[in-house]
Amino acid sequence: MTAPLDVDGAAAPPRANGELVFSEPWESRAFGMAVTLYEAGAFTWPQFRRALIARIAAWENARDQDRPWSYYHHWLAALEDVLDEQGTVSCDEVATRALTLAQRPAGHDHHH
Amino acid sequence: MTTSSESGETPSAALRTEALEQLLTERGLIDPEIVDAFITNYETNVGPLNGAKVVAKAWTDPEYRRRLLADGTSAIKELGFGGPQGEHIVVVENTPTTHNVVVCTLCSCYPWPVLGLPPSWYKDPVYRARVVKEPRTVLSEMGLDLGDDVQITVRDSTSEVRWLVLPERPAGTEHLTEEELVPLITRDAMVGVAKVAAA
Repeated sequence: MTAPLDVDGAAAPPRANGELVFSEPWESRAFGMAVTLYEAGAFTWPQFRRALIARIAAWENARDQDRPWSYYHHWLAALEDVLDEQGTVSCDEVATRALTLAQRPAGHDHHH
Repeated sequence: MTTSSESGETPSAALRTEALEQLLTERGLIDPEIVDAFITNYETNVGPLNGAKVVAKAWTDPEYRRRLLADGTSAIKELGFGGPQGEHIVVVENTPTTHNVVVCTLCSCYPWPVLGLPPSWYKDPVYRARVVKEPRTVLSEMGLDLGDDVQITVRDSTSEVRWLVLPERPAGTEHLTEEELVPLITRDAMVGVAKVAAA
């Protein structure tokens, strides 16, 4: 898909040229899942884009000051929407599993 | 239960992401190692360096420059850069009197294969809204002061057209080779919010 480039050294992508791409690890997972599923043919890119645009438009229309702008929140929601629409994984299943994960005992890395 | 910080709220995005990844993995729809590989690829291999190579070639090869401005997508593909979000790239050229700056008011269309993942400011609704209305002011705030004689064109990316700016080759770089030019070319210059400096 892309040319194999050096990871470090003079030929490496200029890190000084970009800022941190993901502000939190989950953002890169959400990004990676969408790209992986797209590459595997799970959905088309226009389908995903439509869902993403709809999520962003909803946020802009609501102008909810309690919910600050977060691109990857919309990205994740769009991914869930597309998978839900297709019956691949329902939003309810994700919510249920997330609640289960939230109840893991203290000491797990989610409880700092 | 010890999740007081999250009681009464919907699960955090981090937890939902983890939940989704578990479910997709259990159903054999994704392999976490392949997801890792994609992320690593985008973080380390795909990025503004590809775009910089395109620009440096256009600066040093007039025939390539012509092809690039005529059909960006296929000229970029010639160098081996393609893939998702790499379709429909249109290249516009900055000159001493005309300046192009790219925005995506609708969403965040961005030519990943040549510029990597978009920077956070590009996705920010404030940038998206303001650069259309007052580009000169926004560019000045980002450190790029353009004279009043420079005509600014704001290019709005869509799924049909993803813009890539061909920046001006700076004076004083005439002796440099294509390879020596590449490190000078920044992502911001290819979005049109900065110029390329000679060194």
